[in-house]
Amino acid sequence: MLLIYCPHCLEHREEEEFSYGGEAHIARPLNPEALSDEQWADYLFFRKNPRGIHHEMWYHAIGCRRYFNATRNTVTYEILETYKVGTQPQITGADV
Amino acid sequence: MRQLNRLPTAGRTDQNKVLNFTFNGKGYQGVAGDTLASALLANGVDVVGRSFKYARPRGIFGHGPEEPNAIIQLGSGAATIPNLKATQVELYEGLEAASVNGWPSVNFDLMGLIGAFGRLMPPGFYYKTFMYPKKLWMTYEHFIRKAAGLGSSPTGRDPDSYEKLNQHCDVLVVGAGPAGLVAAREAARTGARVIIADEQSEFGGSLLASTQLIDGVPATQWVAEITDELGEFKNVQRLPRSTVFGYYDHNFLAILERVTDHLGISSASGPRQCMHRVRAAQVVLATGAFERPLVFAHNDIPGVMLASSVSTYVNRFGVAPGTRLVVATTNDNAYQTAIDWHHAGRSVVSVVDSRTGPSGDLVEQVRALGIQILEGHGLIEAVGGKRVRKALVAPINPEGSKVTGPVQRLACDLIASSGGWSAAIHLSSHTGAKPVWDDTIVSFRPGESKQKERSAGACRGTFGSLEGLREGASAGAEAAKLAGFGSGEVQFPTPVIDQIIEQPQQALFLVPHNKATSRAPSQFVDFQLDVSAAGIELAVLEGFESVEHVKRYTALGFGTDQGKLGNINGMAILANALGQDIAETGTTIFRPSYTPTTFGAIAGRDINQLFDPERYTAMHRWHVEKGAEFENVGQWKRPWYFPQRNETMQQAVDREGLAVRNSVGILDATTLGKIDIQGPDAAEFITRMYTNSYLKLAPGKCRYGVMLKEDGMIFDDGVCACLSENHYLMFTTTGGAAGVLSWLELWQQTEWPELQVYFTSVTDHWATATVTGPNARKVIAKVCQDIDLASESFGFMDWRDGTVAGVTARVFRISFTGELSYEVNAPAHYGRHVWEQLIEAGAEFNITPYGTETMHVLRAEKGFIIVGQDTDGSMTPADMNMNWVVGKNKVFSFIGKRSLERSDSIRENRKQLVGLKTLEPNTVLPEGAQIVNDPNQPIPMAMQGHVTSSYYSASLRHSIALAVVKGGLNRMGDIVYCPAADGASIAAEIVSSVFYDPTGKRQHV
Repeated sequence: MLLIYCPHCLEHREEEEFSYGGEAHIARPLNPEALSDEQWADYLFFRKNPRGIHHEMWYHAIGCRRYFNATRNTVTYEILETYKVGTQPQITGADV
Repeated sequence: MRQLNRLPTAGRTDQNKVLNFTFNGKGYQGVAGDTLASALLANGVDVVGRSFKYARPRGIFGHGPEEPNAIIQLGSGAATIPNLKATQVELYEGLEAASVNGWPSVNFDLMGLIGAFGRLMPPGFYYKTFMYPKKLWMTYEHFIRKAAGLGSSPTGRDPDSYEKLNQHCDVLVVGAGPAGLVAAREAARTGARVIIADEQSEFGGSLLASTQLIDGVPATQWVAEITDELGEFKNVQRLPRSTVFGYYDHNFLAILERVTDHLGISSASGPRQCMHRVRAAQVVLATGAFERPLVFAHNDIPGVMLASSVSTYVNRFGVAPGTRLVVATTNDNAYQTAIDWHHAGRSVVSVVDSRTGPSGDLVEQVRALGIQILEGHGLIEAVGGKRVRKALVAPINPEGSKVTGPVQRLACDLIASSGGWSAAIHLSSHTGAKPVWDDTIVSFRPGESKQKERSAGACRGTFGSLEGLREGASAGAEAAKLAGFGSGEVQFPTPVIDQIIEQPQQALFLVPHNKATSRAPSQFVDFQLDVSAAGIELAVLEGFESVEHVKRYTALGFGTDQGKLGNINGMAILANALGQDIAETGTTIFRPSYTPTTFGAIAGRDINQLFDPERYTAMHRWHVEKGAEFENVGQWKRPWYFPQRNETMQQAVDREGLAVRNSVGILDATTLGKIDIQGPDAAEFITRMYTNSYLKLAPGKCRYGVMLKEDGMIFDDGVCACLSENHYLMFTTTGGAAGVLSWLELWQQTEWPELQVYFTSVTDHWATATVTGPNARKVIAKVCQDIDLASESFGFMDWRDGTVAGVTARVFRISFTGELSYEVNAPAHYGRHVWEQLIEAGAEFNITPYGTETMHVLRAEKGFIIVGQDTDGSMTPADMNMNWVVGKNKVFSFIGKRSLERSDSIRENRKQLVGLKTLEPNTVLPEGAQIVNDPNQPIPMAMQGHVTSSYYSASLRHSIALAVVKGGLNRMGDIVYCPAADGASIAAEIVSSVFYDPTGKRQHV
């Protein structure tokens, strides 16, 4: 069970308080109608599944009810950082 | 009854405290401090069970969690516990135990006949034999399970209670042997919060059976002193009888503490077990090692044991499990067993050492005692039936691969074998650390740490006592430092202990026989599952190469002992057969649980009414008093129907429905989700979430909307009301409320943080009574004077503030029945008052409370969908014939809009919502029934869709159903069929999904 640092509450809390929100940094296309079916499907369905560094959303559902992002190593499950929505990760795949 | 094998020396037991117990129905006596295993051995009980596959008689082999044979059932009835290891069950007065294997009895076993044909049951036997015909598998399985005897389940509810405890600590020390004890002491001294857990009844680990002196005193005395010392630290929690059974992510460890198990079954003095869920800053693993048995022919006959187990029974329990001992070894360590046996006053026939010229300290001690040492020899076969009678020994070559001389027979009744030690790397493996094979110690070592842990002592492959103590101390100091305590320097002097000089051991995983492995009598590797060396070699011949596959094919390590004894030997034999070394072959990964864990402890107190919260509305007691039957909707308890006198459910639902259609009914609709939405951008935000627009919704008005996921599929629906400028109330489905709130928050927080809008769940703040039917207005008028109820001023899809039954309330003219309806929302605490006033006001119209079942019938008559029943996450608004709810011209591309144009969303022949009318009007279609065009076509038939909702409609006097049918909207009037499991099929006509009042005038009056 993970121990997750909530960047809004500013403390570590048990995974039980959170739910997983999938890959982070996927911007909704500003003009969906301008996209081909294939481009729209890319946004809709296709997600990264890396071995190693993954930026993902978490939701402090039984807590502050805020979404935030985490950089997690999918091999070791180590959470390397958590950061607020709208900011960029300090640790990227190239660093590890 | 005499305990034949009880020695005058007591060890750690109290021979003055005699305890009575029964095993397989027969009475015995043991003493306080015994385990069930030591007590059985004291009584000379040889056969304690039968093996899983061949039903061979088996005796006690080990002394701890590695025990493969002595698997027992404790007690009977509701409190019985199956599959315990006798070596881990502490004896108590009145204990009742029985073997789990062995039917009809362990001494006369019908299944033993099968054992005689063992050669006919090679690995994969079950796969090969019982696969066909497939439908007989259930029969086979039943037979196999009965024959195998996996223990019996309790016959009733568990009478015991269990606890869970969440804890944090700075240093968790796993194992209270020499390394663990000194690690805990070093960490404790720094002020760090320390937990030290050990699975045995008392601290000390291997030292409990040791004859060594530490700091000049006997090892057990040293243990007692340091244990007391730890007890004086306020920052130390000592947990004996506590197994750390799982090491999970981010240094989360689970400990099963057996709180009262040792006091008897169903103790009244406290919870039976407690699960500690520990988040540790740092962990020290000091879990010791398991001795490896030697694999030789018929090494499973009762009377063959681990060398260290023989020593443990002698030294710790004062029990000598036999009279004439042969020790078979590949190392110096097992010579200690010969010494212990000799000092117990029993006869050591011989020490059979595979090495030539052994000369370590212990070897010399044995020589000095005049005990025969057969060096360069292997013990190739045990002879006996229910007890060892003889050992066959022969000279072997230095590689240990061949018998090189004549076979000698040694008369004996006990064989102690040692093939070296395997580090207990299980917990380190749980973290994902990959074990590393080390030829010098002939064992795996823990791999590189993946978490904040380090191993110390034997579990790290450091088998010497002195080195183990040193390692433990520095591990404790280091762990404390990394947790923020102390300097990391060891503070206490290293305990003084005699260093024993040992010669190198030999790596010998299979003792050769004078016959080839495939022809030799079975040489068992995994005792519990009867996996033999020949079986592993056969698996290789059949083409298996990967250790993971061989493991599954032969069942090596699949027993309740999880291969603690057999895995290394098995992998080494496999490596040899493949012509690889062990490092190449690799190991399998250990996973939690280290030893079996009861469900009771995992559940703790989260059972019965504490399993899941139940939510009640303010009117709940009224429903109970009126005899309502309830249904669960999420966590809510909702009235299902209100039976009167002896009514059946159908009769009640018919009566309730007719009341609504003909006069007036009342429904508790409190459970509908309600989200209060405020902010200058509220209308814009809501418009982006629903398929239709809310930008022009005026205060006092409501609108029905459908919410899609971004893939265009219906996700929730409900009415949204404009309360005032920038203030809305969104209704959701009962089950969808939490999901919708999270969904709104997701989009606002991650995609459109610039929109100023705030959400509050107010579901529980309001109690809602729906008054519906042609007489609804008359009822409301009697309790509400400050709202003009005339249709012209308070029309359909309007809402008004007012006073109902003296309480400030919101009244919504929205309808889920198709009738004139008022949904009265009152503050929750006034819910029952308002409800009772409405019932009283409606008495003259025979106002009828109705439940969810009638609600479903009424809405289905109107063709109103229920999200999650008529939709399944693959339905668009167009599929539901609800294009009218999609605002095609909305400026902003609302959630899901683009997906409605995807090629799959617009393809022909999608399943569409239609009504079905059975040709036989009283026949109600089963919900979920498949729909076909031709019931006589051969199987597999072409499926056209399925029934989503189906009821008998009392007001229409025929059955009605909603269904999704391929291209259904263009098939009005077609006859389709629903085949049933019994071969019959029901014919139905495709009709409009709106059965009742298709123009909708009744709700507009």
